[in-house]
Amino acid sequence: MSAVTMIEAINFTLKKEMERDSKVICLGEDIGKNGGVFRATDGLQALFGEDRVVDTPIAESAIVGAAVGMAARGLRPVAEIQFFGFIYEAMDQMAAQAARLRFRSGGRFGAPMVVRAPYGGGVKTPELHSDSLEALFLHSPGLKVVMPSSPYDAKGLLAAAIRENDPVLFLEPMKLYRAFKQEVPEEDYLIEIGKANVLKPGEDVTVITWGPAVPLVSKVVEQVEQAADVSIEVIDLRTISPLDEETIIESVQKTGRAVIVHEAVKTGGVGAEVSALINEKALFHLSAPIIRVASFDTPYPVPSVEDDWLPNASRIAQGLKEVLTH
Amino acid sequence: MWIEPSELKIERIQVLDENGKLVGPDPDVSDADLISMYKWMVLARVYDQRALKLQRQGRIGTYAPLSGQEAAQVGSAFALERQDWIYPSYREGAACFVHGFPMKNFFLYTMGHLKGTDAEGANVFPVQIIIAAQCLHAVGGAWAGKYNGENSVSVAYVGDGGTSEGDFHEALNFAGVYKLPVVFFVQNNQWAISVPRSKQTASQTIAQKALAYGMAGIQVDGNDILAVYVVMKQALERARNGSPVVVEAVTYRQGPHTTADDPTKYRHKDDVENWLAKDPLKRMKAFMVEKGIWNEALERQEYEAAEQKVSDAFEMAVNTPKSSVEEVFEVVYEQKTAQLTEQQQAAGSVVGVLK
Repeated sequence: MSAVTMIEAINFTLKKEMERDSKVICLGEDIGKNGGVFRATDGLQALFGEDRVVDTPIAESAIVGAAVGMAARGLRPVAEIQFFGFIYEAMDQMAAQAARLRFRSGGRFGAPMVVRAPYGGGVKTPELHSDSLEALFLHSPGLKVVMPSSPYDAKGLLAAAIRENDPVLFLEPMKLYRAFKQEVPEEDYLIEIGKANVLKPGEDVTVITWGPAVPLVSKVVEQVEQAADVSIEVIDLRTISPLDEETIIESVQKTGRAVIVHEAVKTGGVGAEVSALINEKALFHLSAPIIRVASFDTPYPVPSVEDDWLPNASRIAQGLKEVLTH
Repeated sequence: MWIEPSELKIERIQVLDENGKLVGPDPDVSDADLISMYKWMVLARVYDQRALKLQRQGRIGTYAPLSGQEAAQVGSAFALERQDWIYPSYREGAACFVHGFPMKNFFLYTMGHLKGTDAEGANVFPVQIIIAAQCLHAVGGAWAGKYNGENSVSVAYVGDGGTSEGDFHEALNFAGVYKLPVVFFVQNNQWAISVPRSKQTASQTIAQKALAYGMAGIQVDGNDILAVYVVMKQALERARNGSPVVVEAVTYRQGPHTTADDPTKYRHKDDVENWLAKDPLKRMKAFMVEKGIWNEALERQEYEAAEQKVSDAFEMAVNTPKSSVEEVFEVVYEQKTAQLTEQQQAAGSVVGVLK
């Protein structure tokens, strides 16, 4: 395949998975003729018909709840929540139903389903369209939560998510949908869910990040390394549930310093969990306190101030400086 | 033109009156099936009364009694084909037993055992706790059944209180739009814990809620097992042919909401007594005695047999090895995560620490 954007990689993967397995069906709001508000399902209804690419009424709880029912009876639904901020409408079906079905049926029923949703800032959306709510689902045993940061990762992770026998929340950073292109192999490949990706090895500090923050972190890291004589390791978590503890701990034991960067609000975020994990398993390797660079503990703000609210280049550089000079 | 609710006339279907006299068309049910349905109701009643006693003795945990609703549950489930599915709430033991769910496991459920939702292969989904959430699972199940050409109907069991939930309405809406083989079987037992049906909805009937979703609804005397059976047969046929329906079975919860509740705080004795006179077992028994296929000797024999079955089921439950905390880690994901493996080991490693 030539170089593609993330949205093209997602569209291609959905098509390939639907060709591969007739049990895969897509459902969601405006995903049929319209191809989804971001065109993730563009052209799929024409290819696979209205029975497999289903435009639903506007009812998030029903989209997820029906997917649970389908998954328990042999289908592999891929549900789209139009924007992740709307997931609260489906909170029971996500956290109390999809997540717990295997457990509460004593293992008889799994829920092999994917819930896809665009999220994240930087796109100047209306209210409740940009929130990063991944931490809510880290706290829901039974779910897996996958957060790709590139076209290549999106393809391998989405294919793996669709073939997974447990429910996967697949979060797509909308800022990165068309931000850059990348060479993505056309042939089938899977990226293991639950494994982090060491984007760049380094010796002095580990930056742990995921999703929409990854390209920004990479850029800042390059600048900081050029400006000072430091070597920075960058870990893209790829999956936040389950966390790849091994990769995180090994890296921090080596570097002795950690900065966590995420777009979600700071308190009770995934960063807090990663920080607690490092404290439990690598405290005596640390030379400095762990720093979290995150969004502020307010509701997602209006578009005119979001660039100063999200973790930006300056705040990430500042975090690195604090940890490195401690 | 305004559509006025008062202009809507909804008839309540009845086959047997409160004294067991035939008031509707003869339902053409074989004597063997009449007896079988009655026996299921007896078993359900005996099970329910026993469960209440066991809870009072502290031998099982919180329990949601079903007495009074036997006709609605047995009559509806008796109409199912084997390939059909039940998506139950927590007061549907009788329906589940008829469809093959082992009574032993219902006892295990109330005893807080991990195997409590194990249907042992029967087409019964795990008991749902969140009110009306199962309606959407029935919709999704029906969708999968249709997609896979199973010719099965999914039946969501829900109560009058459940019809107030968003999930109930979203489920009806989806079922109507996609013409799914699903029946929404509403047991209107008049009470959602302490709130009466009149305060649950301003709708004259629950049956009519179907209309707004482009489907048919029907109201049936839920204490009349023959009426329930006949109506459910029709409902299943419609659903199997792609027309989802709502069935409202008008019945009464004779006992408390659960064993943790005292209904004398919110409802009158007269109300309860009025409904006890309409008891579903009494009515069917009178009909069968009149028909000459039942008598007091058979009645005694059947109650004794039911007591024995319930004793056996409880005995088996008691003798089932207890759940252990180590087991909870095994069925969260298809494959245990590294975190769960570590926590499972930790759970085992503290044994004896305080000795």
